[in-house]
Amino acid sequence: MEAVTTHDHAHGHDEHAHHPAGIMRWITTTNHKDIGTLYLIFSLTMFFIGGLLAMGIRAELFQPGLQYWRPEFFNQLTTMHGLIMVFGAIMPAFVGFANWQIPMMIGAPDMAFARMNNWSFWLLPPAALLLVSSFFVPGGAPAAGWTIYAPLSTQMGPDMDLGIFALHIMGASSIMGSINIVTTILNMRAPGMTLMKMPLFVWTWLITAYLLIAVMPVLAGAITMVLTDRHFGTNFFNAAGGGDPVMFQHIFWFFGHPEVYIMILPAFGIVSQVIPAFARKPLFGYASMVYATSSIAILSFIVWAHHMFATGMPAAGQLFFMYATMLIAVPTGVKVFNWIATMWKGSMTFETPMLFACGFIFVFTIGGFTGLILAIAPVDIQAQDTYYVVAHFHYVLVAGSLFAIFAGTYFWLPKWTGHMYDEALGKWHFWLSIIFFNITFFPMHFLGLAGMPRRVPDYALQFADFNMIASIGALGFGLSQLLFVACVIKCAKGGAAAPAKPWEGADTLEWTLPSPAPYHSFETPPVVK
Amino acid sequence: MISKWAQLLATAAIFSPSLASAQSAVARYNLQDPQTPIAQQIYDLHTLIFAICCVIFVTVFSAMFYAIWKHRKSVGHKAAQFHENVTVEMLWTIIPLLILVAMAYPATKTVIAMKDTSSPDLTVKVTGYQWQWNYAYLQEGVSFYSKLATPRDQIEGTATKGQNYLLEVDNPLVVPVGKKIRIITTANDVIHSWWVPAFGVKQDAIPGFVRDTWFKVDKPGVYRGQCAELCGKEHGFMPIVVEAVEPEKFALWMADQKQKAVAQADDPNKSWTLDELKERGAKVYAANCQVCHQATGLGTPPVFPALSGSKIATGPVADHVALVLSGKNAMPTWKALSDVEIAAVVTYERNSWNNKTGDMVSPADVKKLRK
Repeated sequence: MEAVTTHDHAHGHDEHAHHPAGIMRWITTTNHKDIGTLYLIFSLTMFFIGGLLAMGIRAELFQPGLQYWRPEFFNQLTTMHGLIMVFGAIMPAFVGFANWQIPMMIGAPDMAFARMNNWSFWLLPPAALLLVSSFFVPGGAPAAGWTIYAPLSTQMGPDMDLGIFALHIMGASSIMGSINIVTTILNMRAPGMTLMKMPLFVWTWLITAYLLIAVMPVLAGAITMVLTDRHFGTNFFNAAGGGDPVMFQHIFWFFGHPEVYIMILPAFGIVSQVIPAFARKPLFGYASMVYATSSIAILSFIVWAHHMFATGMPAAGQLFFMYATMLIAVPTGVKVFNWIATMWKGSMTFETPMLFACGFIFVFTIGGFTGLILAIAPVDIQAQDTYYVVAHFHYVLVAGSLFAIFAGTYFWLPKWTGHMYDEALGKWHFWLSIIFFNITFFPMHFLGLAGMPRRVPDYALQFADFNMIASIGALGFGLSQLLFVACVIKCAKGGAAAPAKPWEGADTLEWTLPSPAPYHSFETPPVVK
Repeated sequence: MISKWAQLLATAAIFSPSLASAQSAVARYNLQDPQTPIAQQIYDLHTLIFAICCVIFVTVFSAMFYAIWKHRKSVGHKAAQFHENVTVEMLWTIIPLLILVAMAYPATKTVIAMKDTSSPDLTVKVTGYQWQWNYAYLQEGVSFYSKLATPRDQIEGTATKGQNYLLEVDNPLVVPVGKKIRIITTANDVIHSWWVPAFGVKQDAIPGFVRDTWFKVDKPGVYRGQCAELCGKEHGFMPIVVEAVEPEKFALWMADQKQKAVAQADDPNKSWTLDELKERGAKVYAANCQVCHQATGLGTPPVFPALSGSKIATGPVADHVALVLSGKNAMPTWKALSDVEIAAVVTYERNSWNNKTGDMVSPADVKKLRK
């Protein structure tokens, strides 16, 4: 490790700010800040593609009956919306944050494996292209749901192969990114920064990276088995040949449940940076935050079958997975209590990052409670595969992960661009987002309880009112996100010059650098006391 | 009230002119009215846990909003610098744990009750197909298919939607009230899920595997549900309707079904022509063989060989019949089919696609070959 850092150091010195200009700068870059920017732009693009598909879904569900799409195309919309948002928008966004922030927050000059960092990013656009181009092959895009359950996925056309290849490539990218992050954090911290002095964002990413390394190969295994079942005569999931369709679900969710924490732990990290900064008060219970995050990560490996209560497990299996799942409420609760205790007796101001962080706590907790309700196996039997579940995971993924991404973006934009963002625009973005988010997803709880299945293009008449409300909310939520783009572009182009530390209560290392952060930072490591 | 609000919003948004065509139904906020003991337990469990969550939610967020209100810089609040308190941290780890134990206790009882499928009064095998259900009363030997009865023009929006839009079928499952009904699920193609919300029953139907669940409904009536596992393009259009009737009425209905089944069965003394056998054989093939050997007879090699031009289907008749009766490798035995059905399907296979043997296999031939 030592060798690599010194090498980078010497190299960087020669080429200080002499990198290729134009497009080649971005293609050949090994700079963590450039790569972070690429990740974030990629993720924003995918967010809008996925969002467009969501608009398609909500347009069809505005009224009962089939209005715009055939049922098979509707299934493609829901499947692709899920895949794109999970693998194209949320995950790369967090990797973008990791790239920008981790080296600056631990006082490192760059990521450990700079060239691999370039490669992990540049795998993503071809993967996304494969995934999106599946809309144009005969039979259209994958339509088996983002969970691609066999044997439905073995029935699909060539689109499923494209989807599988895309997931393989994205998985490889994630694994490389994670190895890079782990190596960087473990080896390149500034002198004096012990593990228990790391900013919580770095901690959550360290744990997330381990989760990714553990479970992305599991996903790769599952989808490879689907691929060989489809083309090479194997029968992993084909009962007629001695296989087991339910086995696919076990393998998929062994990946899938840690995956949902992969999408929320870095969000916890961002919120844990933002809240103390705007409360002007140190994070309450730092150590317990670290332990809670680790507990969540460990528990995430033994709860997967709560996604499968309706498959008909034996009572002992149901009970085990029910108890294990309920346990997750404890460390998650600890986190929420700690954030509120951080705010307690602080001296708070409510700039946009803080608004999104408070919104996050409030709305994410609703998703946490519905998660607890869903953990109760008998209740889950009623709610499984209904809109209640759709409401639940949008409360944790949109109000959770996405709001944290917004909070982090507004928080660090001054450091990234050197300009302050437009506060008024940011506040509008927050208030419209949180209001329309709730108009969209809150009624879905009622729909699910009353018995509306998910993944249906049409529904019975008693579901009409709430669906109409949800569709109106979705349109509003989608349009509100244009404000975000406007705000980011405006900030990148200009605005009031940002001081090195624009937030009074912020105390991590990145704020010791000038704004915008120089192309190469911390060539001489700072000393942490 | 919600309805009016939604309509108002919709009108304001000037979204669609065809709004008036959809008749409205009353929206619900909660689980459907429970009709079985299990559904009642689930309903109560949900109410209990929801109430606990609400109490915690209000408590926790009162604290947060109090802090937001009082501990802000703009009202001159100075930040305290505490960042740890072991007692408090222990408390808010242990108290939630105790609350969870309190929740787990009633939930465990319900899980165990749901799984008790022993001593049923009636067993019905439910098979999911893309995209319909098959109900088979195993002891009575009665079976039938059940599929969506909503006319296409209602779905396309050219006709007014009926009251049970998308929740109506041609042949509902009929069960007696007051009896323990065991449902055995399986599927023919992909995973489906048999769900009747009012019964608190949702059980995946998995191809190649058998799962079971149960319900006992006391009030006669019609109960509606839907397939709850994405199963392809018509997933949203495979409803479930269960008609619960008095036991006497059920007995009458069952007798009627049996009579119908007899009327549809083959006359053992009928003499068949080649064309009649082929026609019948095509149906048997579609129902039993096509999944693997395909409508084209080309199969999906190497697991499911082609029948078109195959040595078996163009070689000696006796070998062909013997293979159908005994099965081989991935192919199961089909000896449960009647002599007429086997004769018909073998005749069909020998005279379809590229097979032009002209052979006609009679039910009597099959009877002779059965050992």
